[in-house]
This record gives sequence, C-alpha cells and structure tokens, in this order.
Amino acid sequence: MAALDPNLYGFRPARPMPLHQRILNSTPVAIALYMLVIWLILRGSYIGAERMGYNWQWYQIPRYFFVLNDEGFRWGEIPRGLMITLYLSGLSFLLAIGVGLLVALLRLSDLVVGKGVSIVFLELIRNIPLLVLLYLFYYVLGPIFGWSRLTASVLTLGVFHGALVSEILRAGINAVHVGQWEAAKSIGMSTYQTYRYIVLPQSVRIMLPPMTGEFVHLIKSSAIVSVIAVAELTTVGRNIISHTFMSFEIWFTVAAVYMVLTLTLSICVTYLERKYAVDS
Amino acid sequence: MTDRKPVIVARNLDKFFGDFQALKDVSIEVRSGERMVICGPSGSGKSTLLRCFNALESHDAGQLIVDGIELRPDSPDIRQLRQNVGMVFQQFNLFPHLTVLENLMIGPVKVRGMKRAVAEETARKFLERVHIPEQAEKFPAQLSGGQQQRVAIARSLCMEPRVMLFDEPTSALDPEMISEVLEVMVELAQTGMTMVVVTHEMGFARKVADTMVFMDGGEIVESGRPQEVFSAPKTERCRQFLSQILAF
Ligand SMILES: Nc1ncnc2c1ncn2[C@@H]1O[C@H](COP(=O)(O)OP(=O)(O)OP(=O)(O)O)[C@@H](O)[C@H]1O
Ligand SMILES: [Mg+2]
Repeated sequence: MAALDPNLYGFRPARPMPLHQRILNSTPVAIALYMLVIWLILRGSYIGAERMGYNWQWYQIPRYFFVLNDEGFRWGEIPRGLMITLYLSGLSFLLAIGVGLLVALLRLSDLVVGKGVSIVFLELIRNIPLLVLLYLFYYVLGPIFGWSRLTASVLTLGVFHGALVSEILRAGINAVHVGQWEAAKSIGMSTYQTYRYIVLPQSVRIMLPPMTGEFVHLIKSSAIVSVIAVAELTTVGRNIISHTFMSFEIWFTVAAVYMVLTLTLSICVTYLERKYAVDS
Repeated sequence: MTDRKPVIVARNLDKFFGDFQALKDVSIEVRSGERMVICGPSGSGKSTLLRCFNALESHDAGQLIVDGIELRPDSPDIRQLRQNVGMVFQQFNLFPHLTVLENLMIGPVKVRGMKRAVAEETARKFLERVHIPEQAEKFPAQLSGGQQQRVAIARSLCMEPRVMLFDEPTSALDPEMISEVLEVMVELAQTGMTMVVVTHEMGFARKVADTMVFMDGGEIVESGRPQEVFSAPKTERCRQFLSQILAF
C-alpha cells in the first residue's frame, strides 16, 4: 500500500527508441508482418497440396457451421462440437479451481500432513503425461466407479489443471502483504475469514492474467479427449474427415475456431482487468 | 492509578527468534485507563513486546495475562482476546480492496456478527471522531498517509477494544501529517482509553503518558513517570538515547 506499483498508473520511464525499432514496433507494421507470415504458411501448404494433387473443397465448409434451407436454420457440427468443448472446459476449470484451492491451502497450512499430501499430489500430476492420466481415468478408474466418457474427461482435465492452478493460487496468496494478515488477525478474524474477506479478494486481481492463460491452456488440452471419442470440437473434425477426406480444410478450420475462441477470451479478460484496475 | 485493575500483566517474558533473544525477562503491568509510552533504539524489542500483547507473536517463557486471559500458544481464546485489543500499525495496513467504510465495518459485521446498519452507524461515528466523516466512500489509496492512519485507528476503535496498542503510528508519515494523527490520539487518551504507544514523539509522551518505558537490547531498562524519566534518567543508556532524540 505504501509502495504502490508505479506501473499501476501506466507510468513508465520514457526511453527514446531508435527509429527502426519504432517502425518495427508500430501496430500497422506488426499486423502486416503477421499477415505476411500467415500468407506464407497458407501459400506454402496450398502449393504443397497442389503438388500432391489435393482437391480443395472450401465451398463444402460452411455447411458444417450452419445449414439454411427450406426447413429453416440449423447449427452445423462444428458449432455443436464447440459447445461441448466449452461445456467440458468450463466444468473442468471449475473443478480445477476447487482442486487447486484445496491443494494450495494445504500447502500453505501449518499441517505437516497437509503439506505432504499436496506435494505428493503435485509431483504425481506433474510427472504423468496428460494422455496417460486420461487413460488411467477412463480405462482404469472409469469402469470401477462407472464414469461416463465425459465424466472421466472432466475429472482428468480438472485434476491435471488443478495442479497448475494451485501454483497460481499459491503465488497469488503469497503476493498479499503480510501486514494484511496481521491487520485481519488483530481485529479477531479467523484464518478462514482472513482468506475469504481479505486475502483472496486481493489475490484475484493478481491472479486474473495467469488464470486466463491457464483456462486457454485447458481449452487447448481438452482436444486430447478426442482419443476417447467425446464429441467435442476435435472429435467432430476427425469425424467429418473420416467421411469426406477434406483433412486440410477441416484442420485449418478447427485450428481457426480454437484460435478465435481463445483470443476472444483473452481480449475479454484484458478488458475486465482494465475496468477493475480503476478502483484500486 | 495503582488501584485500578490491570489489563495487561507480563511476568518474566522471554522471546526468541532462533538463537536471537528479542525479549529478556520483561515484566510490566498496564492498568485500566493507563497511558504507557514505550521508546528505545531500533531493534530493542518494542514491536515484539507489543505484538506479544495481542498474540501476533507467542512468547517462549514467562507469563502473560491480557484482559484476564492467560496467553499460551494453544489458547483457544486468542481470537476473543484480539477483539478486545486494538492494534495500529506503522504501515496502516488498511484493506486496499475495501472502501473506508467497509474497512471499518468488516470487523464488527464478520467477527462480532453485528447488523450492517448498526455497524455502519458505529463506523460513521468513529470516522467523525477521527475527523474524516467525508472520506467514508473512498478507497484507502485515495487518502493521504495521515488520513489512512486515522482510518486505521477508527477501524480498531470500531471493535470497541479495552486497550489500544500503537506501534510507531506516525513514523511512516510526512512531517505535516504527524500532528493530525497525534491530535486524534490525544483526544482518544482524554476519553480514558487504555493505551500502549511505541513512539519517539516525546512531545506526545510528555502530554499524555502516565508511564514512560525505555527498552534496550530486549530489556526494560527504565520505567517511571515521564517527568522523572525525562528530567533524571537513572541509567546512562537512557540518558544517551533521550539526548539523541530530544536534540532535534
Ligand atoms: N520475525 C522475526 N524473525 C527474526 N528476528 C526478528 C523477527 N522479528 C524481530 N526480530 C528481531 O528482534 C529484534 C527486535 O525487533 P523489534 O521489531 O521488536 O524491534 P523494535 O524495537 O520494534 O525496532 P524498530 O524501532 O526498528 O521497530 C530485532 O533485532 C529484530 O531483528
Ligand atoms: Mg518496531
């Protein structure tokens, strides 16, 4: 509080940049460069595909987004897959936050057992590949507990990302000044009340950017559940290709849909952050 | 004064940080309505002693009875006790995500279970007492240091404590704001509040203190009425320290 971060108010030491750097850093140049790179990639794959004798059928793609005919409007397979991806990711992220909070609090507690449990959990999750974890949950634990594909997927993603989320939470909680704890204790608050009313509300602001990153990460890793055929976006892509053989168009499209989704998310959160930053 | 009930009784307190002994055999009594000022060089254990009084630190040996409750590391009554012992910190430690009014209300509402309307009324009353009723809706970062410290004092007062502890409440403030905080503290003293104040503001000590305590090296070296300590310090260490801070 006493030493406020000067960057909070957007003050930065003004350092004159050399002209060529200023030109390179300007937005139009950045966009132009970006477009150039994308164009080169697309062009390269197009030429490569031509050489292979690939038959491009981009005109087929729109009907996988929506169909509009005499019977009216109908969403296509890709938006429906996207909804499942969102549903799956949303549920998993909620679970990840729950697991992460539990692990972080155990880790920060004075309980030796709590610390031990959380460290074992973290090391376990960190050292098992996500795919193997999914197989464990679906093929081993799934039959034992009678879990569906979706449940096994949500549990896998929730537990895996819970480990990562717990580290973000721990850093966020530690970032709150120790004086806040002392002030809260000195008015008689319990540890729970201190977390609930004093520490966590302050941590949230610190944690928002890394949490967004983690959610984006989760959305992307949710594609892995296509190996157990949960009907999310990637599975939809595979299914379409299996009966149309348009692998180039479909994979480009699926990649673009993921990108639009995660970029939109990041932009929304940046906006939120700006709005929140005002009343500090 | 000596006929009043003691609020804090410390007998032979020892406190260690690892091998380092921060408090050595400290015995002291604070009676109801008493105003005690503690001074001493940096590192002499003033903050540590104060923090023992509301169990932010636990002592390693000796006996400490605060408000009739004996403090032990495993005391179940520590939270109850802290509600009755207010503490004002050097760095204010206001809750930056809450408005001034919410800073004042959160203790009474969440800890004491007071109704919001009642808590708000109390909060506004105490903001009036520290002369900043008009800042109620602002956030701490929008206030000056002196205003923030007065909010911190009001926040403690809202819990209606039996004793108030101040740990160098003015040393993080710009000179022009020190007097506004001291003024509030003098007024508080006039209401009969029991106060233990760690400070080097000797003008304040002269004005309100009943007892002056000088600490050095984790020990209480000297204590007595301020006039006596100021005019005729018994020890060389205390004499030197006073001449240094009074030189300005
Ligand atoms: N948590 C801690 N861990 C280790 N040593 C500590 C801790 N807190 C205080 N000390 C040490 O104990 C001694 C007394 O500290 P204390 O903060 O009580 O001094 P003080 O009289 O308040 O000094 P100041 O005027 O600088 O505030 C110091 O030497 C300090 O380094
Ligand atoms: Mg101190």
